[in-house]
Amino acid sequence: MNAPLIIFFVLAAMCVIGAISLILQRHPIHSALSLIVVMVALAGLYLLMGAEFVAAVQIIVYGGAIMVLFVFVIMLLNAGLEERTNFSKLAGFAGVPLAVALTGLLAAAVARSQDTVQAATQTGATAPTKALANLLFQDFVYPFELTSFLILVAILGAIVLAAPRGES
Amino acid sequence: MIDFLTQQAAAHAEILITLAKIIILLFVVLTVNAYLTWFERKVVAHIQSRWGPHRVGPHGLLQPLADGLKFLFKEDPTPAGVDKFVYYLAPLLALALALTSIAVIPFGPNPLHFKGHDIYLGITDLNIGVLALFAITALGVYGVALAGWSSNSKYPLLGGLRSSAQMVSYELALTMSVVGVLLMAGSFSLREIIDGQATAHGLFGWGGIFRWNIFAGPFPQILGFLCFFIAAVAETNRVPFDLPEAESELVAGFHTEYASFKFAMFFIAEYTSMITVSCLCSILFFGGWLSPFPASWTFTHYLPSVLLIPFGLWVIWDGMRYETIFGKLILPGVGAVITALGAAFLLFPAVNEFIQGPFWLLSKIFVFLFVYVWMRGTLPRFRYDQLMSFGWKLLLPVSLANVVLTASALLWSNR
Repeated sequence: MNAPLIIFFVLAAMCVIGAISLILQRHPIHSALSLIVVMVALAGLYLLMGAEFVAAVQIIVYGGAIMVLFVFVIMLLNAGLEERTNFSKLAGFAGVPLAVALTGLLAAAVARSQDTVQAATQTGATAPTKALANLLFQDFVYPFELTSFLILVAILGAIVLAAPRGES
Repeated sequence: MIDFLTQQAAAHAEILITLAKIIILLFVVLTVNAYLTWFERKVVAHIQSRWGPHRVGPHGLLQPLADGLKFLFKEDPTPAGVDKFVYYLAPLLALALALTSIAVIPFGPNPLHFKGHDIYLGITDLNIGVLALFAITALGVYGVALAGWSSNSKYPLLGGLRSSAQMVSYELALTMSVVGVLLMAGSFSLREIIDGQATAHGLFGWGGIFRWNIFAGPFPQILGFLCFFIAAVAETNRVPFDLPEAESELVAGFHTEYASFKFAMFFIAEYTSMITVSCLCSILFFGGWLSPFPASWTFTHYLPSVLLIPFGLWVIWDGMRYETIFGKLILPGVGAVITALGAAFLLFPAVNEFIQGPFWLLSKIFVFLFVYVWMRGTLPRFRYDQLMSFGWKLLLPVSLANVVLTASALLWSNR
């Protein structure tokens, strides 16, 4: 049991507990906070794999910007406790077997894998920032720019849909 | 086996050294925080033709101690209907994140040699220093926003809402304004950014101060610096961007319902982030620990002593004629220590060499802290719509233009 492995299990536990708490919490703010815990723990896992840039961006974009917007909207709407509805029939018929099947699949994949658990700290080994930048802005520059263009179109579409009609 | 054991011992020593550094840095930062409040009150008082604190200790120097004791011993009521968990979490989060961000700041170029270990000033040197700082800042919003939400009260809620909207808006400009510097340095590491400024092509080919990013070619980052500093002031919720705690509208904003030490934690967090921003400004735009003079001017190495010795002697003289016994005892002691430090820098060349970097960095940080206080003493607060239109319609376009111009200048100069 070396230090990176202990850190890995701590972060993984944080992820799982955060995700479960996200579903079980009854107040939207508490759910959002659980989601932030998941995001930050994921960033920690990336860091453990040596992907420094991805870890930082994970926190800046997901932990910071997106989740702040979530929290902001929840605060603005002053959303209260959510009401629990009964277990829907569809969830009982299709959801539970599907969940069991997925868990079984994952467990089988883990059990069949020959690799031992890897959690070595390789500083910048997996995804050094420079290599990542070269990939994004040289090798895959057209797909990358097209994707950002697509996102821009989506944003404009949202504005057009939400804008009041008739008066300009 | 023996190899393994010595490796383990070395690893343990590294951990111990890091722990010691963390403890020392925490102690220093918290003390500086305390005296920053004293400094701020004194400077603002003098701007407004008052005396400021002068009752507790000589020149009011023990006022921070008295304030700290007051914070500790005040009643700490929890208002009815608060969300307990989040209410207690918010100040902790604010303080922890603010203190964490100091960890990536390097304070000097050369390591101390101690029993075969190279001890660098600064806790850690990350490859992604700037990004890590922004990541921590990005999470810093939650302290304020959650405090406002969990207090179950109108004013804090409005303060929390304002702060989250403000921070999201200004974070964009903050991040974009640094891109110019990153392009010129080609690195995210704060140490490498400073080193790059030592060898950069200075304005008109001059050395020293003209090599710092704010003046250096191919594109001086003056625009970037202005955007960065303004956005950073907004991120730290300081005047003139302190709308989350605008006392004329929102009582005390997000921390209205907090008392005693929980309030102090917000306070310490705010001052710590002021220090972090000052560090970042000096490192990114003003050459960090580099001297503003050309390297050939070796006589400037005596500047720390030239400043410290007269100041120490003045403090001794001031203490001798002080009215109270306490002042007569304390001030000459402090003055003697300062004079001795100045003399040590003068007498030992190795110490003198070592102290140059930290001296310049700390001087720059001090200047930026003074600017913070100066702004608080002189500027009125923004109106909320002004704040938003300023952030989105001026700061963001200007910082974007800065990125484009810097990139074009770099391309043109073929680097």
